[in-house]
Amino acid sequence: MPATDTLETVRQIMEDVLNIDDLSISPETTAKDVKGWDSLRHVRLVMTIERKFKIKFKNSEIEGLMNVGDLVRAIDAKLA
Amino acid sequence: MLIDLEWLPAPAEDFRARVRALEAELAAGAGPGFLERVTSLAQAALDDSQLGQLARLARAMAARPPAGIQAIKLGLVGDGTLTLTVDPIIGSGLRHGLAIEVTEGGYNSGLAEAMDPESALRTAGLDFALLAPDARILGLDRAAVSEAEAEARVEAAFSHLRRIADHLRPSVGSAILAQTVAPPLDSLFGSYDRTFPGSPFAMAEALNRKIAAWAAEGAVVLVDIARWAGAVGLETWEEPRHWHASKLSVPPAMLPLYGDIVARTIGALRGKARKCLVLDLDNTLWAGVIGDDGLAGIALGQGSPVGEAFIAIQRMALELRARGVVLAVCSKNEEDAARLPFREHPDMLLREDHIAVFQANWTDKAANLKAIAETLNIGVDALVFLDDNPAERMQVRRALPLVGVPELPDDPDLYPRALAAAGYFEAVAFSDEDRQRAEFYQANAQRAAALSATGDMNDYLASLDMVCTIGPVDAVSRARTAQLINKSNQFNLTTRRYTEGEVMAAEQNPARHAIQIRLTDRFGDNGLISVIIADKRGEAWEIDTWLMSCRVLGRRVEQAALAHLASAARAEGARALIGRYLPTAKNRMVAEHYAKLGFERVAAADDGATTWRFDLAGYEAPDLPMRIIDTALATAGAAA
Repeated sequence: MPATDTLETVRQIMEDVLNIDDLSISPETTAKDVKGWDSLRHVRLVMTIERKFKIKFKNSEIEGLMNVGDLVRAIDAKLA
Repeated sequence: MLIDLEWLPAPAEDFRARVRALEAELAAGAGPGFLERVTSLAQAALDDSQLGQLARLARAMAARPPAGIQAIKLGLVGDGTLTLTVDPIIGSGLRHGLAIEVTEGGYNSGLAEAMDPESALRTAGLDFALLAPDARILGLDRAAVSEAEAEARVEAAFSHLRRIADHLRPSVGSAILAQTVAPPLDSLFGSYDRTFPGSPFAMAEALNRKIAAWAAEGAVVLVDIARWAGAVGLETWEEPRHWHASKLSVPPAMLPLYGDIVARTIGALRGKARKCLVLDLDNTLWAGVIGDDGLAGIALGQGSPVGEAFIAIQRMALELRARGVVLAVCSKNEEDAARLPFREHPDMLLREDHIAVFQANWTDKAANLKAIAETLNIGVDALVFLDDNPAERMQVRRALPLVGVPELPDDPDLYPRALAAAGYFEAVAFSDEDRQRAEFYQANAQRAAALSATGDMNDYLASLDMVCTIGPVDAVSRARTAQLINKSNQFNLTTRRYTEGEVMAAEQNPARHAIQIRLTDRFGDNGLISVIIADKRGEAWEIDTWLMSCRVLGRRVEQAALAHLASAARAEGARALIGRYLPTAKNRMVAEHYAKLGFERVAAADDGATTWRFDLAGYEAPDLPMRIIDTALATAGAAA
């Protein structure tokens, strides 16, 4: 799955998890930029991503993620 | 099946938009059918995000719950990070007719908050509290060196829980729920773990036995997480990475199941459990179509794998009947054909006399389900409908969203699992009344036949040889009294719910008069069927609670009850009775209860609540077609 598709899927998942309509994100978006994206929502976000993409992260793979772009790259690396 | 709630249909494609629409509707004032719209959204296999969306809707209802939804305040006290469990519990609550508000205890500070009368938990006005322990926080995850140390550690863990419960109890209106702990997956010694009391596994098991015994005493209501963790498999339940990163005792993937388990237990405590299992016939109770294949053509019974699968579902239905679930049949069939296997198939476990209502015709199933509910005098929300045909299931869900309609897997071998996993008949107790309920309905059918034979109501009542026993609520009748108080919806003037503890307090309070009424007749014992609690306010007695089982409607028990109340109140110098009717979605049948008994209406509020007064001067008890044994008067006299 190319990165743009992954980004769009992540965006939809974030809308669902954070219960926000018409969310717009870019690879540079960080948790600070999105209302409600706190550490527990982050757990739910990662869990939902794992379910939708049928992948699993180790804690060490999530810890270093700085923004949406990092997250998308991490997903794509799992899918590759 | 369990983790993904496969007994529920898939959610609507536009689920989030629909929740939004309901939020808007609620803000503008919920219109007719709101309960049905909420229920059909909630009766779906929702994921964690969708439960979060539903939770927001539930929160918006909590202050003024719409008709048919009960507001519940739940306190959450436990180990590890509980926050993620909040939305799944609240969202699942709507599936069970509950708008739950959660007050969450701080991280691992349950005991301190329970002890502090000013804490959020103690001041929230909780209806329920849920203790959610984790063996790892309770210190049972490291082996004890000796049996004595193991015992001490388990006892310390248990008394920690008990202290939390004891401190919370005065601030919890209804009940405290306590979870068992999931035992550790990874063994220390291997199979020897179970033998050596100091192994983490054995200590978790020992704690669970203590928690179960605690629940058996009636101190708490059990939420058996250990059982569910085992059912999905500990390898799935226990996710070390989430424990290490966030101290999540319930891993994220288990949250939808966990939320439903908690919500269904609270639902059961609030009388939301279903009462009747309605069964389709062809390909649900046997393989094949009886109308086409005939008695010899359907597959049922030992000796063939397919036949045994259907025996299994029949056996489950019988087991449910034995614990008080009423059985009914709803099938598109000619009636004679439909009844044939019940009468003549040698391998049928279910027989005609197990079935309280038998609807076999060509009308649509929703209409038949309504007829079944009416015949049994219960709401359609008390029905579960088991049908192998997806189209029929969809029709019933669309027409009657409040009926529980489980999705069934393709393989009939798994029908019992889907039915059991759904938890429609979740119970928190098992009484003699439950044991006999199926017979009550059988006897009711016979009574109906007797009535149509005589035709005249008075002759009919006289022919029943009724004996009405009125007594004070006491230790023996307390459990059933509390059960009736929490389950009666229709013939219930004020729908005030009391726990066993509160019932006991009412018995012992000299300013209250708490009685229970039993009725027997020639067809059988109807059991404890009515409860009245009155407050003695000097000149007038105010009736706080008056409820009756709909099984004995039209038997003039309420007049016997009034005669009793009049005598009891007079004996203590009162001159009047005051009654109140508080309307709910379900108790319209008693809106005119007091008028029918000769009370005079003295007030009516905007919300439909009415107040009634009955002057005792000049009242004479009527002749009633029953023998009355009143021990509550004797007791009152002895006490006075």
